[in-house]
Amino acid sequence: MRYVYLTLFLIVVLGASVFGFRGSLSTRSPLEVFPDMDHQAKYKPQAESKFFADGRADRPTPVGAVAFGRTDDSADASFLKQDLALFEGKDEKGQALSGFPSALTVDARFLERGQDRFTVYCAPCHGALGDGNGITKQYGMGATPSFHDDRLRQLAEGEIFNVITHGKGNMLSYADKLPADDRWAVIAYVRALQRAAHTTAADVPPGHKSELGIK
Amino acid sequence: MSKLFPKSANKLPLQIIILVFVLGGIATAATTYYATNKYTNVGYAPVQPVPFSHALHAGQLGIDCRYCHVGVDKGPTSTVPTSQTCMNCHNQVKTDSPLLEVVRNSYASGDPVPWVKIHQAPDYVYFNHSVHIARGVSCVECHGRVDEMDVVHQAKPLSMGFCLDCHRAPENFVRDPKLVTQLDWKHPEGVEGQVRDGKKFVHDWNINPPQSCSGCHR
Repeated sequence: MRYVYLTLFLIVVLGASVFGFRGSLSTRSPLEVFPDMDHQAKYKPQAESKFFADGRADRPTPVGAVAFGRTDDSADASFLKQDLALFEGKDEKGQALSGFPSALTVDARFLERGQDRFTVYCAPCHGALGDGNGITKQYGMGATPSFHDDRLRQLAEGEIFNVITHGKGNMLSYADKLPADDRWAVIAYVRALQRAAHTTAADVPPGHKSELGIK
Repeated sequence: MSKLFPKSANKLPLQIIILVFVLGGIATAATTYYATNKYTNVGYAPVQPVPFSHALHAGQLGIDCRYCHVGVDKGPTSTVPTSQTCMNCHNQVKTDSPLLEVVRNSYASGDPVPWVKIHQAPDYVYFNHSVHIARGVSCVECHGRVDEMDVVHQAKPLSMGFCLDCHRAPENFVRDPKLVTQLDWKHPEGVEGQVRDGKKFVHDWNINPPQSCSGCHR
């Protein structure tokens, strides 16, 4: 009997040494103890397809297609993207829009959204202050212009929209990251940054002067 | 007549019963320890086509998770970034690095980089990233400290029990949605503060995570 338990003990030690412990790193794909219906004959986003020649389950959008049923609040404007001001940053004459599209309300909430999106998508290069000193500069990114020089302060909102949408110079398009209304929110926040960088003590509302130590 | 069985055979039935229990115990313990996601999935760190370091990009540079995983606050899937996203910087930074060859080719040809998926929800689970992000469940709750991982591995079991831990007591996990991508954030007042604020969030935003089967399975 002693030998039985000794053998058993050795088997347990052997098993533990083969299987190891929980949480140890492994490059092998996970064991599936109970496969159940984990893998079904259906496509999931960004998955592989053996049917299409390029191997993608996600199909590229056909030219000229318009996404239907997006959850933008202004459903009619976004359906065919007919609102040129909102989706292309142009006024009726086809010139770059100055000001913001009439479909959007510029308020504190809009600016907050802009701040949030700016921090995520723009600040790595343009810097939190919009001065072009983002973190990536230390890692070899080329010169990123400051928003606070006269040229960029006087740029029409529609021009900025165009740059975010299509990119410019070394900056690539951010249209895939920022839907049209988010782009406008970012522009509103950029305007706020520009204004903040060019204020004098006289611009501070009287009630807030003491907070900043201004008399 | 010689004895057919030695005297020690009297003990044999009892010894066999004990052995069966011992064997059963070992089998139970081994299954519990090895046959769940905590063993099978946690620690899965496949070799990726590009040795992308989250510790460098998300940790050291502090680039927000959403910069690359664009879809995470917009829809069910936390999308794997396009190679254009990489090229936003790498058209100027380390432009001739051989490690980025795959990314440059992908950007030029339009064919995707063959990233290996790590976190696999079974196909009968309909998980939606955006609802969790919008309600202040941080990335870190399910993915661990990705901002400290040079090579990403699965940090949490992502089993049904793991989901239910939070669905049954969301106040232990929810935080201000503005902080969801700050993976190192912990409530400054510790567990007490987390539960107090968590309860407030659960009440104010009417967070009611489903515990019925059809909440996640269809």
